[in-house]
Amino acid sequence: MQTYKLSVNGQTREVTADPGTPLLWVLREDLKMTGTKYGCGISACGACTVHLAGVATRSCVVPVSLVGNRPIVTIEGVGEDRVGRAVQDAWVAEDVVQCGYCQSGQIMSAVALLKSRRQPSDEDIEESMGGNICRCGTYVRIRNAIKTAAQQLA
Amino acid sequence: MSATTMLSSESGLSRRSFLRVSATAAGGLIVALYLDFPVRAQTPQAKTYPPDAFVHIQRDGKIVIQVNRLEFGQGVQTSLPMVLADEMDADWSHVVAELAPAADVYKDPVFGIQMVGGSGSIAHSFQQYRELGAKTRAMLVAAAAQQWKISAAQCRTEASVVYGPGGRSATYGELADSAAHMSVPENVPLKKASEFKLIGKDTRRLDSRPKCDGSMKFGLDLDLPGMKVAVVAHPPIFGGTPKSIDDKAARGIPGVIDVFEIPTSSKGTAVVVVADKFWTAKQARDRLSIDWDFSGVEPADTKQLRAKYKELAATPGNVAVTRGDLSVLNGTSAASRIEAEYEFPYLAHTPMEPLNTTIRFDGDRAEVWAGSQFQTVDQMAIAETLGLKPEQVTFHTEMAGGGFGRRATPDSHVQREAATIAKRCKGIPVKLIWTREDDVQGGYYRPMFAHRIEIGIGADGMPLAWRHVIVGQSLVAGTPFAAMLIKNGVDETAVEGAADNPYEIPNFTLTAHHPTPNVPVLWWRSVGHTHTAFVMETLVDELASRAGADPIAYRRKLLKPDEKRMRGVLDLMDEKSASWRNHLAEGHAAGVACHECFGTNVACAVDVSIENKRPKIHRVTVAMDCGIAVNPLTIESQFQAGVSFGVSQLMAKGAITFKSGHAEQNNFDGYTPPYIIDAPVAVDVHIVPSTEEPSGCGEPPVPVISPAVVNALFRLTRKRYRTLPLLSL
Repeated sequence: MQTYKLSVNGQTREVTADPGTPLLWVLREDLKMTGTKYGCGISACGACTVHLAGVATRSCVVPVSLVGNRPIVTIEGVGEDRVGRAVQDAWVAEDVVQCGYCQSGQIMSAVALLKSRRQPSDEDIEESMGGNICRCGTYVRIRNAIKTAAQQLA
Repeated sequence: MSATTMLSSESGLSRRSFLRVSATAAGGLIVALYLDFPVRAQTPQAKTYPPDAFVHIQRDGKIVIQVNRLEFGQGVQTSLPMVLADEMDADWSHVVAELAPAADVYKDPVFGIQMVGGSGSIAHSFQQYRELGAKTRAMLVAAAAQQWKISAAQCRTEASVVYGPGGRSATYGELADSAAHMSVPENVPLKKASEFKLIGKDTRRLDSRPKCDGSMKFGLDLDLPGMKVAVVAHPPIFGGTPKSIDDKAARGIPGVIDVFEIPTSSKGTAVVVVADKFWTAKQARDRLSIDWDFSGVEPADTKQLRAKYKELAATPGNVAVTRGDLSVLNGTSAASRIEAEYEFPYLAHTPMEPLNTTIRFDGDRAEVWAGSQFQTVDQMAIAETLGLKPEQVTFHTEMAGGGFGRRATPDSHVQREAATIAKRCKGIPVKLIWTREDDVQGGYYRPMFAHRIEIGIGADGMPLAWRHVIVGQSLVAGTPFAAMLIKNGVDETAVEGAADNPYEIPNFTLTAHHPTPNVPVLWWRSVGHTHTAFVMETLVDELASRAGADPIAYRRKLLKPDEKRMRGVLDLMDEKSASWRNHLAEGHAAGVACHECFGTNVACAVDVSIENKRPKIHRVTVAMDCGIAVNPLTIESQFQAGVSFGVSQLMAKGAITFKSGHAEQNNFDGYTPPYIIDAPVAVDVHIVPSTEEPSGCGEPPVPVISPAVVNALFRLTRKRYRTLPLLSL
């Protein structure tokens, strides 16, 4: 067991964990932040997406020991940011969610996209959102919500 | 305690409703319950429900409505409260919805148990929630009338306020206490459709914001003081049992509390690890060294099963339906004949939230937290496992991350595992988590199917004779439900959508075989229609092509005269898609399909091209008729997403296969649902206006998309696609 100081949503959090523990489970079980979801454990579905130093990252395959001092932003904190808030609002306005389980990850991926491309094309959306599974299949509304958020931010 | 003892004697099931629901996902269970109890002839509407179990008006005006269903994406947590609030004349902005715990009062009025299945949430509870709303409103009015010493008839209501003569008014919140002392009226008038304020209006979901900011708690997110986590090493072949277990390394991991064996639903034995946290438990499971005994266990092998099914399909099975005379097939020449063989794989549901259940057993009572489609059944199974009565088991319905039938298991196998573990860990809440690998490899799949069809075509290009054989596991064989759901050796859930197809085929016979390989199977969103719609709609398309006819016009001609609703959706789909179907881009083609299931008719047209050897679905136009459309926004969303779910069947890695008893896929890398690139880019949904009783929208979007896509592909490649999944084009 090791003790780590993590920067999560702008706050310093101290956790003691096995170095191999994925960041996902540190967030969920040690920090009790359950907005980040477990879907596959092999970075194939994107439900666990967080921002690590601004990069959309699958937290299920990042050992806590490799996080270092890179700031972590999760679904619980992304609304503090203008782009994050716009994406969350667009998701609500477009009535995107169904079961909703994947949507934390979808939103985190969408925010990362809009931070790098303010007016993403369909191809940009397919590329950036390409690793996030929505089993309900809400992809049409996800596309629309990203475009709505992009307009909002323009 | 057996399932039958839970059926209340006032069940609303009649023989008629049984006949109607028997082919649905939920039918089997109901039938079994029904079988052992002579049921009084009583309509669901004749039952009364106390509003106080469903509506709580707080003094501040907040209205808390209990939803008698699991919410797992279908939107019922919004749509049923809309129905109640409309009749109540409630201010929608004051409404909050809660998922009701397991209790008799929350049982489905038609099915007689608390459940979600068969697309029945709105279909079965629409009338119930309307009456609840109207009764609540009447009690609020009665309270105001009493206070003002006037008659109720002098009052009117609007947006959570009762208005009386002379400018008097009182809010529902102000009246809540006195209304609670009013008697519940027996009969209340319901609104005319023209008076609806919420029903029929686009209404955003109540659960969106918490699902977008991380605050929504799903079953897997539950955290209780002192809670432990259990992970299970299931036998890699169904029915296997450990010969020996070396758990030294597992037990050596700090945080591991216990390692022990439990029975599995396949009559095998599994090994459980209980630990302080999931990651600890999983690490420990990975370090278990188990030598498995598979003696006496039949190893499933899909390659062998395919050969066997193909062989069986060439022979007649048990008769599901027969009419006319098939001997005309004998004389038909190859030019006026179609012979077709279809193959469908096992499909896993893979809801995004992995399966889980949390139980704390305290000796004389237990508390359960689970996202369950079958609360009544699961509560009974847990009670039985723990040696309790169902009423000693408090069952909380947790928000669920998808399900698609996977959380409706007649044998409650996940809950039984969780209860067995909780029994050993008495006094400690234990959350059982199935990893994604457990889910993909754990069985309970949509069964493999093979179809063989011979069609004789008449001189007019229409099918004259049709011989259809279906081969696949029964969903209910070997269970107590078999006696009622299997008629003449045919499981209705295997033939629905084909045996009762809407087409006028004078000489028609459909028979079925139900082999019994060692693989647990389960209803998968839209059940038998997943494969029957594919077969019917691709063959009808082929017939249209052979006849040189427009596929929509051909269907109109072939439909039985009384298929008015199907004609309606075909017409609407035709009208709404004509502009783009007539101006397709180079390399694109259109395909169409129509199908009815669970009372809802659907037609769709798709615009498809081939990109990277895969179908690219540029556009889908859907027309549908579900009777009264309670929340058109949710219906649009269900259909847009439901057709994407249906694309699962076309995915190159959209199959579970077995080799020597072992599932060859174990996660999303091997069994892959549609990603955004695989799903339709745009879906426009058109609702046929209706004042008829509402039917469901959860399952009906699924069946039409895959036949429509391969019908379009035919126009690009001139190939018919009869084996799923769809490998490289």
